[in-house]
Amino acid sequence: MITVSHYLVLAAILFSLSVAGIFINRKNVILLLMCIELMLLAVNFNFIAFSRMLDDTAGQVFVFFILTVAAAEAAIGLAILVVLFRARQSINVEELDSLKG
Amino acid sequence: MPDFTPAAAEIFLIGAICVVLLVDVFLTDEQRRLTFRLAILSIVGAAACSSYFAATESVTGFSGSIVADPMSDLLKMFAYLVVALVFLYSRDYLVRAGLFKGEFFILGLFGLLGIVVMISANSMLTLYLGLEILSLSLYALVAFNRNSATAAESAMKYFVLGAIASGTLLYGISMLYGVTGTIRLDELAAYFTTTATLDVPAMLGLAFVIVGVAFKFGAVPFHMWLPDVYEGAPAPVTLFIGSAPKIAAFALAWRVLVEALGGLHDSWQDMIALLSVLSLAIGNVVAIAQTNLKRMLAYSTISHVGFILMGFVAGTDTGLASAMFYTVTYALTSAAAFGMIILLSRKGFEAERLEDFKGLNERSPWFAFMMLIVMFSMAGVPPFVGFYAKLVVLESVIDAGMLWLAIAGVAFAVIGAFYYLRVVWYMYFDQPAENEVALDADLDLRVVLSANVLALLALGLFPGGLLDLCSRVLS
Repeated sequence: MITVSHYLVLAAILFSLSVAGIFINRKNVILLLMCIELMLLAVNFNFIAFSRMLDDTAGQVFVFFILTVAAAEAAIGLAILVVLFRARQSINVEELDSLKG
Repeated sequence: MPDFTPAAAEIFLIGAICVVLLVDVFLTDEQRRLTFRLAILSIVGAAACSSYFAATESVTGFSGSIVADPMSDLLKMFAYLVVALVFLYSRDYLVRAGLFKGEFFILGLFGLLGIVVMISANSMLTLYLGLEILSLSLYALVAFNRNSATAAESAMKYFVLGAIASGTLLYGISMLYGVTGTIRLDELAAYFTTTATLDVPAMLGLAFVIVGVAFKFGAVPFHMWLPDVYEGAPAPVTLFIGSAPKIAAFALAWRVLVEALGGLHDSWQDMIALLSVLSLAIGNVVAIAQTNLKRMLAYSTISHVGFILMGFVAGTDTGLASAMFYTVTYALTSAAAFGMIILLSRKGFEAERLEDFKGLNERSPWFAFMMLIVMFSMAGVPPFVGFYAKLVVLESVIDAGMLWLAIAGVAFAVIGAFYYLRVVWYMYFDQPAENEVALDADLDLRVVLSANVLALLALGLFPGGLLDLCSRVLS
């Protein structure tokens, strides 16, 4: 029997994977964008599981909005990526070090 | 038929943005000033909407996802004012740098829309949407100068870290939704006043939400994006990011921590206190080592965020009112400081190094004096407003019985005074570089900037009115 806690654990694993992916990845900026998407999808899992558990639609509505915003965010992220590539001819994370932070 | 009045300003603003966007498409580069005028006009119109439909008490609309209350009206007014200042200061710079495009004003207006939506949010969904409208416009604005590699790099860093912050905030919201079964702030508040004990998911949700809020504020240890973004972005964009979104961050923290989770004050007080002390320490100490003025002001922002968070730590009515007072006066001070950088910048040259301010007194005694007021106000020297803002925040923390926090605040503020005074030293006691030319900014920029700076002095001399207003709208 699959209970709500199974979904929550899966979401937590996905969320941790995405955070780990962002911080461990040193090669490619596109992987960062994929990790960000994964993070938002993990949150969506949570919302759907809770929405089902509570028998309340607010969580599902929230998911639709997150999906929409995630699409807009990916568009902006890819646009910045294009600008970055044109300026530097590289999308290697390790080379993003001209600013000290 | 829903009641549209609680969201009147937002609806007007989005309509106006569409008009500006459409008009801008048909303009040639010579006619671009019309976009600027329309943008200012949109802000004025939104301000008129806000004041015409000003709420005397808390009114919710759209099934409780929007709220109009006196606090949101006051914060919105300051957001309009600051964004209008940003546009006025930026115009000259953008023309000279060849960046005078409609996108700057349209993205700026979208940012403003995000800010006002966040300010009047009464549900986690509205809050999230407002936050994203603001953040997405800011990411694009930072990368706005397409030929600059540093701008693109800082935009990428801002984007990735901002997206992590949004994800973390959302994860926290989903946990709170699972525990309480609602995303409306007033229903969350009702739940947490009746349920005093926290179970693990609620605690997890609270912690994630606080991380998200701290990211957006730029509080240590979630401040990594701030110095890079301030340094990498063009000066007008830094001016925007450094001023108006602080009001939005205050609104976010107030709506989430005080309005929705106010019943959990004892649980989050220590976390916020820790963020506050770390921000004060790292912000003030690291700022000393900076030679780039924009970077120095970024670390100074971090330390000011520490003071704003102190008001939340106190959690009393006076504490929150003083945090609000601090936020709005800081937004004005910060606008003036970056306005000075813009004033000194010329084509192909950003006055962002500390050395660029050397001997400013000989080149322009009046603006050297203006910069002196800004720096003294940030350092907290009486009689300027920064001093009074720090004073009321510290008072509220002491009243709440957290003397150690107040002592830490004073100690780090004294350390911080050093790097502000260094700028003053450069202006008055150093010789200017030989190739410096006279300031050639337009008259309106000079007048508005002077008025902005003199307002800091006036607010410092007569702070009572604004402070009363802050405490009245919060109660």
